[in-house]
Amino acid sequence: MSISDGDRQIIAAMQEGLPLASRPFAAIAAQTGLTEEALLHRIAELKARGVIRRIAAAPNHYKLGMTANGMTVWDVDVSRIAELGAKVGALPFVTHCYERPRALPHWPYNLFAMVHGATRDEVEAKRGEIAAILGSACRAHDILFSTRILKKTGLRLKQKG
Amino acid sequence: MTLDETDRVILNRMQEDLPLCSAPYAAVAAELGLDEADMLDRLARMKEERVITRFGPFFDAAAMGGAFCLCAMEVPAPIFETVLTKVNAHPEVAHNYERAHRLNMWFVLATETPEGIQVAADAIELETGIEVLRFPKLQEFFIGFRVAA
Repeated sequence: MSISDGDRQIIAAMQEGLPLASRPFAAIAAQTGLTEEALLHRIAELKARGVIRRIAAAPNHYKLGMTANGMTVWDVDVSRIAELGAKVGALPFVTHCYERPRALPHWPYNLFAMVHGATRDEVEAKRGEIAAILGSACRAHDILFSTRILKKTGLRLKQKG
Repeated sequence: MTLDETDRVILNRMQEDLPLCSAPYAAVAAELGLDEADMLDRLARMKEERVITRFGPFFDAAAMGGAFCLCAMEVPAPIFETVLTKVNAHPEVAHNYERAHRLNMWFVLATETPEGIQVAADAIELETGIEVLRFPKLQEFFIGFRVAA
């Protein structure tokens, strides 16, 4: 574990979210026994280390009318995956893009790109754009539409001690 | 709820990083030419209506020495709900989606140590009798997390 107990306490105080109030960090500081200034300094360090990626809103795609969510999966030539993955990841409608191991023989796909859209047709059209980028480097592909959110929570840290 | 143009401008901006200062919302409001109190009211309403599911820090478990792993299972329809209850009971299961595929349950494990992934996945296999396929990320290509509101 590369985080200190002090950092853990700060993360725990913020994992439910940041207050929507004029001085949100002062409110968190009060909970952790730090001054606002000291807390801001510690958060800046956590950001520099990559522990906190950003402080931002997580939008609800469904409420924004993006009700179709397709996980597109691709069997891509490994020698070209870095180059092609970067291109797919840069597409504005791709929200996540990863290379992952195949699970042969059941699962030949090694590139995963999440695509959101208002309708399944729209997602299918976007899938076509990805297929065009991958071209002959892609041997097979599939799309898995989500049919139900079964659980969605943020990161939960176990309380220590 | 219906979002007006101002709500959309706020939501698009707030998907990017909040400035790290004493009055960050005032800073963003000034940047957008809005009044801080009005912006906070709108944010509170969007959160209440669940247009915003969460506002706060996005943590990287890997940078804390932990790990994430996407996992998939092929769950027979008749026992889907029973298996779901067992899987979701694990606090390490952060997100779980049903998908239209032979592999119909897809979830993300988030653990505080890399070993935790195998421990949790093995426990789920043992409890359910169903193989848990594991797809850890090998490489991440730019996360374009933003959604145009």
